[in-house]
Amino acid sequence: MNSILTSKWTKVVVFLASLIPAGLLIRDVFIPGALGGNPTQFLEHATGDWTLRFLAITLSISPLRKILHQPQLIRFRRMLGLFAFFYAVCHFCLYVGLDQVLDFHGIWADVMKRRYITVGFTGFVLMIPLAITSTAGWIRRLGGKRWSMLHRAIYISAVAGVIHFYWLVKSDVHLPLEYAAVISVLLAWRLYDWYSKPARRPVPNKSAARKESASAAAE
Amino acid sequence: MLVKRSQDLKYSEITPHDIYLNRRKFLYGMGLAGGLGMVGKNLVDLVNPSIRAYASTKLQTVPSSFSTTETVTPAQVATTYNNYYEFGTDKQDPAKNAQKFVTSPWSVSVEGEVAKPRKFTMDEILKLSPLEERIYRHRCVEAWSIVVPWIGYSFSALAKLVEPTSNAKYVAFESYFDKKQMPLWSEAGIQLPYVEGLRLDEAMHPLALLCVGMYGETLPNQDGAPVRMVVPWKYGFKSIKSLVKIRFVKDQPPTTWNITNAHEYGFYSNVNPTVDHPRWSQAREVRLPGYFKNTKTQMFNGYGDQVASLYSGMDLKKNY
Repeated sequence: MNSILTSKWTKVVVFLASLIPAGLLIRDVFIPGALGGNPTQFLEHATGDWTLRFLAITLSISPLRKILHQPQLIRFRRMLGLFAFFYAVCHFCLYVGLDQVLDFHGIWADVMKRRYITVGFTGFVLMIPLAITSTAGWIRRLGGKRWSMLHRAIYISAVAGVIHFYWLVKSDVHLPLEYAAVISVLLAWRLYDWYSKPARRPVPNKSAARKESASAAAE
Repeated sequence: MLVKRSQDLKYSEITPHDIYLNRRKFLYGMGLAGGLGMVGKNLVDLVNPSIRAYASTKLQTVPSSFSTTETVTPAQVATTYNNYYEFGTDKQDPAKNAQKFVTSPWSVSVEGEVAKPRKFTMDEILKLSPLEERIYRHRCVEAWSIVVPWIGYSFSALAKLVEPTSNAKYVAFESYFDKKQMPLWSEAGIQLPYVEGLRLDEAMHPLALLCVGMYGETLPNQDGAPVRMVVPWKYGFKSIKSLVKIRFVKDQPPTTWNITNAHEYGFYSNVNPTVDHPRWSQAREVRLPGYFKNTKTQMFNGYGDQVASLYSGMDLKKNY
């Protein structure tokens, strides 16, 4: 397992696999009728879906590392996060180019007036600094702690993405709620992990603490 | 009041719709081709279940002066990209899930504030008035549009037969609803059966179409078979599908999308580029199957010359 995870080829495979959805969509553009009656909407929904999926996959790396005891999974996190950003960029460009036909006045009006666009746009904009600072150089420049703090913005982007979808649908909210459930579990695990940390301290520390409090009580 | 007896039943009402339609198709093919080869082909059609599922029959029509000369949308688009929530909320769902929908026998009950309430069988509806082909623009509230060659006649032709009384101010329409045939109904997120309504003068306007077909044939199930309304100056959801009940009433009737979200969908729902949907602009539309939302939406979907007078003196921003 470990040798598979650490192999440089695995990264190439994950990279190519992540490009498959985009490849299939580009292929379908050239097959008449493959994108259905409303091709722009199909492409917008597909790229939106893949953004949310890659956000969920990226957010599942940390839990999986701990639960499966496979710390090597970290090798894929940056790439998967950048793919979430890649599909978000595609989604945004389709909206700007095909839906709004480069009417920047209309786009700004949409962002200001329509809450589902406002929240979706916010989630997207928050991903930009994360994509820029995803390099090793930026981690060094910012320092690990500050870099980690900044990159927690992905939690906001994921939640914003789900709300964006939920507010978009007319009446059938099943699919947005499924995404909401997945993202909630992934974020809840982090809360659980964070709160349960003190209890998972090594035993010597614990007994030392107990001794301390015992002596404090005796005094 | 016409009470229906079993002797009144017509052949079309007791034969399953698909087979019935294929019988017609079969006869039509024979009459047209007369050749053995054509008969053979239609015999194959008759026993091939996959063809039977998409059964439809040709309708003879006369042209209409209401038709637009704009390019007609490919039938493939208009029959695979549908909003018919009873059969699923994805646009491609109805084309898949409505194929087994039984639309024969079928009748439409017309009641309420009328002198002569009665039921119309599909046979009666098909023969009530000469069938016209009307090529209308169809603008969905979701900012896409298509151009469809509908088949039918003005709703007023049917309405006149039941003689609405002076109490009739509105017309309430109701769709067929059957949980067994529409197992996805619970996921629709809207109250069913689907109901719609028009003011009496709107319903009696000659543009308001009682529609039984499209693209030269009877309506496919996903497009609202066997009979529906088409109100071309209003957003698509006002054009109710698979009609079973028409009531002439005194008061403004409830309408499905208004019940679902009154803030977003008004009773009138006239196509209006100056009144945005709260979640998107209505100024432009994408003409399917195109990619760019660059077609300017017209007031009353371009039917203002005919219908604007219905709303003179009304604030259409308030009465959206």
